[in-house]
Amino acid sequence: MVRFTDVFKSYENGTKALRGVSFEIADGEFAFLVGPSGSGKTTIIKLLTGEIAPTDGKIIVNDYDLTTIKFSKMPYMRRTLGVVFQDYRLIEDKTVFENVAFAMRVVGASGKEIRRRVPYVLELVGLDTRTRRRPQELSGGEQQRVAIARALVNNPRLIIADEPTGNLDPARSLEIMMLLQKINELGTTVLVVTHEKELVESFSKRVIAIDGGKIISDGMGGYYNYER
Amino acid sequence: MKGNRFVYYVREGINSIFNHGFMSFASVCIIVACLIIMGSFTLLALNVDKMIDSMENENEIMAFVDDSYTTEEAQAMKPYIESIDNVSSVFFVTREQAWKDFLDTYSDPGRLGEFGPETLRDRYVIYVDDISVIADTRDAVSRVAGVADTSVHLDIAKTLVKIRNIVTIASIALVAILFTISLFIMSNTVKLTTFERRDEIAIMKMVGATSTFIRWPFVVQGLILGLLGSLISFVMEWGLYILFSDKLMAGAGLSLLTVIPFSSVSIPIFIAFTAVGLGVGVIGSLLAIKNYLKV
Repeated sequence: MVRFTDVFKSYENGTKALRGVSFEIADGEFAFLVGPSGSGKTTIIKLLTGEIAPTDGKIIVNDYDLTTIKFSKMPYMRRTLGVVFQDYRLIEDKTVFENVAFAMRVVGASGKEIRRRVPYVLELVGLDTRTRRRPQELSGGEQQRVAIARALVNNPRLIIADEPTGNLDPARSLEIMMLLQKINELGTTVLVVTHEKELVESFSKRVIAIDGGKIISDGMGGYYNYER
Repeated sequence: MKGNRFVYYVREGINSIFNHGFMSFASVCIIVACLIIMGSFTLLALNVDKMIDSMENENEIMAFVDDSYTTEEAQAMKPYIESIDNVSSVFFVTREQAWKDFLDTYSDPGRLGEFGPETLRDRYVIYVDDISVIADTRDAVSRVAGVADTSVHLDIAKTLVKIRNIVTIASIALVAILFTISLFIMSNTVKLTTFERRDEIAIMKMVGATSTFIRWPFVVQGLILGLLGSLISFVMEWGLYILFSDKLMAGAGLSLLTVIPFSSVSIPIFIAFTAVGLGVGVIGSLLAIKNYLKV
């Protein structure tokens, strides 16, 4: 569950990225966060992952209060999240299997758990035949699937996908979105951050639109009302 | 620490050493160079200290007893002299013994004619613990009843103290400078590694790795490089010391010099090298990784 309550964020250079943002995403929900460049989407992601702290307001993510959380507790909060980026952020010298296993290893999973869980997740994202390949040997869509598998492997409560289709053609983009929808149907909360209007409109999901650091609309498909 | 984690840390640390082979090699070389210079200067300081110690033992205060004192009265002064601060040992020399010693060093005793032991005084030969305050000790000895005069080579004492102070200060300064240089180089080596792996570190943070988990492989890397550097430098220092001490001892005109055998300082040197190597490795790594763990 995610709850933003009257969140403000100003950067040291004076930029006011968020001006009183409030929204809530319930467990098991699928939501889009949309808005033009500079609207505050990236700031919201950084706040959700604990990379930055809000200037004011309150943020709850999976029962962790990010406004009061201790630095030592941050890794444990992050283990409840899975983050997918536009540029995949895979480790080039590791195979597909190792990239996914890596995420489990760093949270202390045993070898046995890794050998059991990683093949299952790779099968879920349709990469069970590519386990020994390295990222550069895969297509963009496949690399993004590896990133999704890595985000998913520790069984997070919330998946945050930051422009997950930004580097993909329309067909691959649709595949990725279908995969995220499938993951959501299995019980994981999914938040997709994007500015791709067509993609958002092709799914009948909740859309939170942000512009100028403020929520300008929040509702089911069709609330993608800004033009830029 | 779980066993599989320990294995992971060690494996990642070793992998990192080989993946950044040139920088690892450079780090070990710098540690070796710094340790050898540090070690050589320390050994030099130890040897100088030992030589000064032996020279200090030769540096004595001569206290001449008043002519009016009988030998028995003169001998009775000994406890008073022994009770003075900084006095390590006191030897009474009768005028007869002093005359005999004088004749032993004189090339033509026949020319001394009617002179005899009565020309000289009974005396005390006094050795001190700390040569730097020998003048104060001499003054205290002068105040003992029955002491007519004293003699001491203050200029030699001052020179020895000055040499010892210079060598000590230079050693400490050099060790501190070289330790800092080693730390800087090691830190930069690991920093380069962490820079190359910054994306990996960011991913680790993103998926919930603790700072300890991220830090350990780099610490292991520094630890191994530091240990390797210290072992190599210890062996090289050993060889160089034996080579130079043999040459020094064999050198003409230097037969009076005594050199501390390496075996008698090898354990402290080994411990010091290992401690410095490990310290440089671990502290350097921790400094390098610090900035990447702030998020």
